[in-house]
Amino acid sequence: MMSKLFSNKIKEVFLGPFGKNNPVTVQVLGICSALAVTSKLEPAIVMGLSVTIIVAFSNVIISLLRNTIHNRIRIIVQLVVVAALVTVVSEFLKAFAYDVSVQLSVYIGLIITNCILMGRLEAFAMGNKPWESFVDGLGNGLGYAWILVAVAFFRELFGSGTLLGFKVIPQAMYDAGYANNGLMILPPMALILVACIIWIQRARNKELQEK
Amino acid sequence: MNTNNNGYTLIYATVMVVIVALMLAFVSSALKSTQTANVELDKKKQILESMKVDIADKDIAKLYDEIVVEAITINSKAEVLSTDKKAAFDIDVIKEMSKKLEDRKLPVYIAKIDGQTKYILTLKGTGLWGPIWGYVALNEDKNSIYGTYFSHASETPGLGSEIAGPEFQNRFLGKHILNAANEFVSIGVMKKGQTDTHREQIDALSGGTITSKAVEKMLFECMGQYKEFLKQTNGGTK
Repeated sequence: MMSKLFSNKIKEVFLGPFGKNNPVTVQVLGICSALAVTSKLEPAIVMGLSVTIIVAFSNVIISLLRNTIHNRIRIIVQLVVVAALVTVVSEFLKAFAYDVSVQLSVYIGLIITNCILMGRLEAFAMGNKPWESFVDGLGNGLGYAWILVAVAFFRELFGSGTLLGFKVIPQAMYDAGYANNGLMILPPMALILVACIIWIQRARNKELQEK
Repeated sequence: MNTNNNGYTLIYATVMVVIVALMLAFVSSALKSTQTANVELDKKKQILESMKVDIADKDIAKLYDEIVVEAITINSKAEVLSTDKKAAFDIDVIKEMSKKLEDRKLPVYIAKIDGQTKYILTLKGTGLWGPIWGYVALNEDKNSIYGTYFSHASETPGLGSEIAGPEFQNRFLGKHILNAANEFVSIGVMKKGQTDTHREQIDALSGGTITSKAVEKMLFECMGQYKEFLKQTNGGTK
């Protein structure tokens, strides 16, 4: 049983989205939120986790329902499931992480339109068992999350001189003439950083290079 | 089971929607009280921050009760409508601002810091991309500014969003909102090099001119509602 739960296929389903199949850098999905919530590390982490939870559970629910859903209304069913989960997550954030929910503002609601979700539901959960779908959702969510966290790390470090709100660049550096880079906080820099990650990834991975 | 007929599809969709609706209604009502408490706590935090009270790791609700000794509701003629602290706190300022000036209920928070009275007025306005809001704390003379707090929903990061930072907010300290004739004139927020002829001014944010001007407008309009109240002297020096 255990070997079945952690077979090679499962491993690939889980680890693929971190590298060769990354939803952000390879499939270029979910870019909008990757730009919007990564100027600070904390909202990026919360956003990454929220998306992970929502993809994983909507994958499981759709996978459980997959044989009962008629083809004609499958998109509607998927949307209802995703929208319900997003609303639940958003309500929980408002109750237990108010400050972060204020910072994330509309972007939590916009998870509904995140292409990663619909993509995984259509491409994976509609044709696979619940456990595989759960792992696939987890993998894709975390694959998205690590890009967000990596981008946010550099943006907050160089843009505000802090990490998770704590000062990491010593005052002595500022006294010596160092200044925070304002461009880092603006949305274009997120695009440039994502592009850098894509560049590094493609340079190291021959399979991803176009001929 | 035949999943191909329309009846099946209809029943399927109906059942699904009802289940989801019930679930959401349950979650929403279960979390309602925690969420309202969060919103109230956040408001208290903002009021305290306008007086630059050190709130790090403190019990905000307790600190608010200690420092804000009174909250009264007045109208634009400076007549006191109510002295109930909770009632003033619960006023929906945005809703009031859509009414005629004479009909508006205006909250005034009265705080004591180091034995001195401070008056805190509520500010609501519109920035470049969305709402901006804040609180302004006035000294006992109802003229010089003791502190300000501004926040925003979606101003440009690094430019207009800097109104939420201490550097911009501290520019207001000690400025006067009444002129020599004891008339309300507010404070100008001017681009570097420009001078406001009839009132005191501070520098706008570079790259955030529209947001800065929105703050100026918000200060003028919101504090303007309290015009009569600000003119009143209460035994203090003017």
